[in-house]
Amino acid sequence: MSLVELRDVHKRFGQVEVLKGISLSLEKGEIVAVIGRSGSGKSTMLRCVNGLEQVQAGQIIVDGIEVTAPGANLNLLRQRVGMVFQSYNLFPHLNVERNVMLALRLVKKIDKQEARRIAREMVAKVGLGEKVLAYPDELSGGQQQRVAIARSLAMQPTLMLFDEITSALDPELVGEVLRVLESLAGEGMSMMLVTHEMNFAKNVADRVIFMHEGRIHEDGPARDTLLEPRTAELRSFLNAVLH
Amino acid sequence: MIREFGAADIVYLIAAARWTVALALTAMVGGGLLGLVVAVFRVMPVRPVNWLAIGYINLIQGTPLLGQLFVFFFGLPLVGLSVDSWTAAALSLSIYASAFFGEIWRGSLQSISQRQWEAGAALGLTYRQRLFNVVLPQAVRISVAPTVGFLVQLVKNTSLTALIGFIELTRASQIISGATFAPLPVYLTAAAIYFVVCFSISQLSQMLEGRLRVAR
Amino acid sequence: MDYQFRFGALLRFTDEIVEGVLLTLQFSVVTMICGLIIGLLVAMASTGRVKALRVAARVYVESIRNTPLLVQLFIVFFGLPSIGIRLGANTAALIALSINMGAYGAEILRAGFESVRQSQVEAGRSLGLTVGQTFRHVVLYQAVKAIYPALASQFVLIMLATSVVSSIGATELFNKAAFIDSRTYLSFESYTLITLSYLVLTLGFRALFAAIYRLAFVRRAHR
Repeated sequence: MSLVELRDVHKRFGQVEVLKGISLSLEKGEIVAVIGRSGSGKSTMLRCVNGLEQVQAGQIIVDGIEVTAPGANLNLLRQRVGMVFQSYNLFPHLNVERNVMLALRLVKKIDKQEARRIAREMVAKVGLGEKVLAYPDELSGGQQQRVAIARSLAMQPTLMLFDEITSALDPELVGEVLRVLESLAGEGMSMMLVTHEMNFAKNVADRVIFMHEGRIHEDGPARDTLLEPRTAELRSFLNAVLH
Repeated sequence: MIREFGAADIVYLIAAARWTVALALTAMVGGGLLGLVVAVFRVMPVRPVNWLAIGYINLIQGTPLLGQLFVFFFGLPLVGLSVDSWTAAALSLSIYASAFFGEIWRGSLQSISQRQWEAGAALGLTYRQRLFNVVLPQAVRISVAPTVGFLVQLVKNTSLTALIGFIELTRASQIISGATFAPLPVYLTAAAIYFVVCFSISQLSQMLEGRLRVAR
Repeated sequence: MDYQFRFGALLRFTDEIVEGVLLTLQFSVVTMICGLIIGLLVAMASTGRVKALRVAARVYVESIRNTPLLVQLFIVFFGLPSIGIRLGANTAALIALSINMGAYGAEILRAGFESVRQSQVEAGRSLGLTVGQTFRHVVLYQAVKAIYPALASQFVLIMLATSVVSSIGATELFNKAAFIDSRTYLSFESYTLITLSYLVLTLGFRALFAAIYRLAFVRRAHR
């Protein structure tokens, strides 16, 4: 069975239907880049995958857990699915190390020494070993985002969701975050990422999904889809972002 | 018997200020406990409970404290409770403080971005863990300065209890003023004592605000 | 509890209460105006170039904000006669209230003027507007919009605070409670009724101020 399975998912905010029947699957180890204009529903779809948004119709199954079932164990799901946000969302009252340790201790019930060891290892992995004791407001946006990635990775997720994680960064800081993603990709991590970085999508992702007006408009191998778009909508979208 | 306003009177005023401070501390503790209930009622996802809290806050913040003092002063005996001015003063100041604490704390709680809740959720934290380990530690830091700032209001407002006969700094000043016929020095001395207490709290509040602005 | 509440017996004092309401509103409005004038002067002094004035402004604001209104009132009404300044209760009340309001008004106004960015002034000036035009069309509107909420809640606070001046015998709404009490010996009912009258005023003015805000600022911003 696929790692992620969406079947005819519908999502409304009030009167506005944001997702109009989304079906897709993602295999273990696969890297899927989701692209599209703002308002096309791509972030909403991602948020539905780990249950941050409730859907009105359809089925979502992630790693054997039916997210859309009433009374689904969302906390268990979220232990297995890491998510990184555009706005980093580090906990400002905790230093880097304790940001990473918090869920290890509270959710995984790992003892303090071991949690600290894991935290330091993860922070070093994203290249911030010397910043373990810094507070979020002492870090640049790129550094904060790398800590946010380390915080998710520490939970040893089977799937990582990235929601436009470089969109809020100054251009010169984007590279350091993308390099962390590339090394993750090299390790075979399953990933779903909403992104505006077309080159990154082309070079690192296995598949590209183009969303348009709440539907999946194109879905195919990354290079082919981006280099030879089949629909006029994707063509005009790519023209707009690349030029 | 008319006498000069002297050092003994200043000592008497400072001694009376103990009751000002005692009353403010009582209202701080009583109002703090009740204020927690008000804040929780205000944010609980149960509409009728919200309305109850909003009604309570409007009633307290929409009427003069002086009126509340008199209502309690005359009302408590009607329900068979003690008539002394301390009880009426402590009770009405606590209730008064609870409405303000409730609003300050609700504001602090709601000023924590929804994204912090989401980040906690995305890590698999339960609701309680998100509340106690992510949101509350931040909210408490934010609320410290305005909470301490409100204590200045509380100390100043204890003066109104003089008008229902509770002997604290202002009532003591009235008494000394009557005995010495030197109202100006007496009330200026009282003002100076209030100033020392309130200004210290104000400075403390500003210091805390500066120190806690860096959110940690 | 055997006590029979007799609010009905207070109905005949309606005229008294209405009179009290009008007097309280009069106090509040005059206090607001005088306080804002004092506040404007103090705000100008506190942001001005003269060090002595800045210090004086700060001493004034801090001493008012850190002492109770009641004590300020006693100083004016009971204290000043000993240096030859004898004032009637209503005059003393107005002076104390205005001096008190001045300190808070200064802070509100200062925050208002600081809220309008220098870049807005530069934008106005760079369009060829004169200093006066820039002030009137660019700065004033934004500053008034910024301070309006604070002024509105300050008015309600002043209205509630005026109850304190009943203690020196100034004539306003709270005084009517003692008056009605003296005629009926229904202390609890009298004070409850008067206290709740303030609630009606508070809620009424809050609604009025919110409506004015919508009319004056919100629609215009979207037009």
